[in-house]
Amino acid sequence: MSVTTISAARPARTRAARLGDVPVIPCAILAIAVVVAIFADVLAPHDPQVGLLTARFKPPVWQAGGSANHLLGTDQLGRDVLSRLIFGARVSLVVGFTAVIFAGTVGTTLGIISGYMGGWVDQVIMRITDAWLALPGLTFAIFLAAIVGPSEMNIVIILALVYWTRYARIVRGEVLSLKEREFVRLAVVAGCSRWTIMWRHIMPNVINSSIVLATLMLGIVIITEASLSFLGVGVPPPKPAWGVMLSDGKQGLMVGYWWLTVMPGTCIMLLVLAANLLGDWLRVKLDPQLRQL
Amino acid sequence: MKQYIVKRAGYSLLSLLLLSLTIFLFIRLTGDPTALLTEPGASNADIAAIQHKFGLDRPIWVQYGLFMFNLVRGDLGDSFYYQTPVLELYQARLPNSLLLGVVAMAFSLVLGIPTGILAAIRVGRFWDSAGKLFALLGLSLPSFLVGLLLILFFSVYLQWLPSSGSGTFWHLLMPAFALGWYFAAAHMRLTRSSMLEVLGSEYVKLARLKGLPEAIVIGKHAFKNALIPVLTLAGINLIQMINVAIVVETVFAWPGIGRLLYEGVTFRDFPVVQGVVLLGGTMIVVVNLLIDIIYAMVDPRIRMEQ
Repeated sequence: MSVTTISAARPARTRAARLGDVPVIPCAILAIAVVVAIFADVLAPHDPQVGLLTARFKPPVWQAGGSANHLLGTDQLGRDVLSRLIFGARVSLVVGFTAVIFAGTVGTTLGIISGYMGGWVDQVIMRITDAWLALPGLTFAIFLAAIVGPSEMNIVIILALVYWTRYARIVRGEVLSLKEREFVRLAVVAGCSRWTIMWRHIMPNVINSSIVLATLMLGIVIITEASLSFLGVGVPPPKPAWGVMLSDGKQGLMVGYWWLTVMPGTCIMLLVLAANLLGDWLRVKLDPQLRQL
Repeated sequence: MKQYIVKRAGYSLLSLLLLSLTIFLFIRLTGDPTALLTEPGASNADIAAIQHKFGLDRPIWVQYGLFMFNLVRGDLGDSFYYQTPVLELYQARLPNSLLLGVVAMAFSLVLGIPTGILAAIRVGRFWDSAGKLFALLGLSLPSFLVGLLLILFFSVYLQWLPSSGSGTFWHLLMPAFALGWYFAAAHMRLTRSSMLEVLGSEYVKLARLKGLPEAIVIGKHAFKNALIPVLTLAGINLIQMINVAIVVETVFAWPGIGRLLYEGVTFRDFPVVQGVVLLGGTMIVVVNLLIDIIYAMVDPRIRMEQ
């Protein structure tokens, strides 16, 4: 039996036309961030974790006292800000993408199971979702981080644990209506097992929503990671995460070392902005049902 | 109606139970919780006392029973750092958090509602695009970054406002703005969509047909009705605000609940962390229940559905 999806019925040409107006700026920002993260070792002019104490708090090159050796200046330990930003992109993207994929896989799977199986399975999954959604994401993440201690891997797991519930909620809602559709009923009559129906007939139809949600969640996840790192329970120093850089830069702020705050702040903002713009665009293109989100 | 309330209250109770169970299990998931529940460098006698209090040497369901028993009595344990009950610390900080939350909410509504209305009236035109940009910036600029930039501008360069602490009205401005900023975007989006919906309704069309001036149609007929969902969201968000203020409170050293949570994490004061998280979750569950009940009282369709 072939996979039945709603989108497969659309003519290919319309789809190409629909995807024609890709938002260039957000895609470019994300692409640059990915390239920078992959080639961080080649691109970074200095070691991000080793600084020269004689070269502390050097301003960016265009300000008096700045040098071409450190284009964006140095921090309180004399480490090169540009190099730390470049390696920080790697941390943000690796944590962001893995956490979103983890959360999306778990949430989508549980959402499908919950919606399709119904009964007590649905009750158990949805009650857990309700209870977990009652906790603000950041508070829950801080609680978990306080238990397991800071590390990059732990942050990914924590973010996945905190955010899977959102996917489960939305996917379940979609499955409830898909379940009543002709093609699913036909599959039941044809004698497909429940797992086959969920995997081959339901999943392809909810995956669009999951992808849209994942793109929108990317920004939230990156902000949460930065917040955790900023509070000292995220990525442990001396690893150059943007949140850690902001936290370090806070001390220099009152004496006017603005670049230690503004540089990583701008990076976070641009990346999150790009993810949100792309998510918004995908939402309109792929999933009109989610437009009200 | 009574049946509906009982059912909703039952669900909320279940949520609270699951919440406590989640927190209880996560603490035990990482191995021996004694390390978390005792001070670093505690004496053997202290460790034994804690183990006895939480029954850590007994079966897990007995442990959960004891945990719940303590919770129901309002005993969230004592803070290691302050040596006082967590509940007292929480109560002492709550007024500060409420104050910050209310002012931040005022900021977010003052920013969000007019821009939302403007975007809805001028849909597809300049003000709509400007509103979209504003909403996008609100969602993309983390509140701690807004806070740090505000400090840089108003405290360091202009030297108009104090960078941290509390006590005067001036101390309140920057943290409230940083916190309200994010929510302003959400309120703007909702005002816009709610206003668009109302503007398309029959009674607004009728008001226009009657020949009422546009200002009265929008100000009197549409605005009031469009406001209902926005104010509901604002109510829920106020509780969210108190709980997500941790980063803003940390940036501005504002002595609220978020700051308490931050201190709990920094000083490895686990009872404080656990207490703040549990109370925060409880607050949100209770407020959601109240909103559901009020909605059911106001709107018969909701209670008939059940």
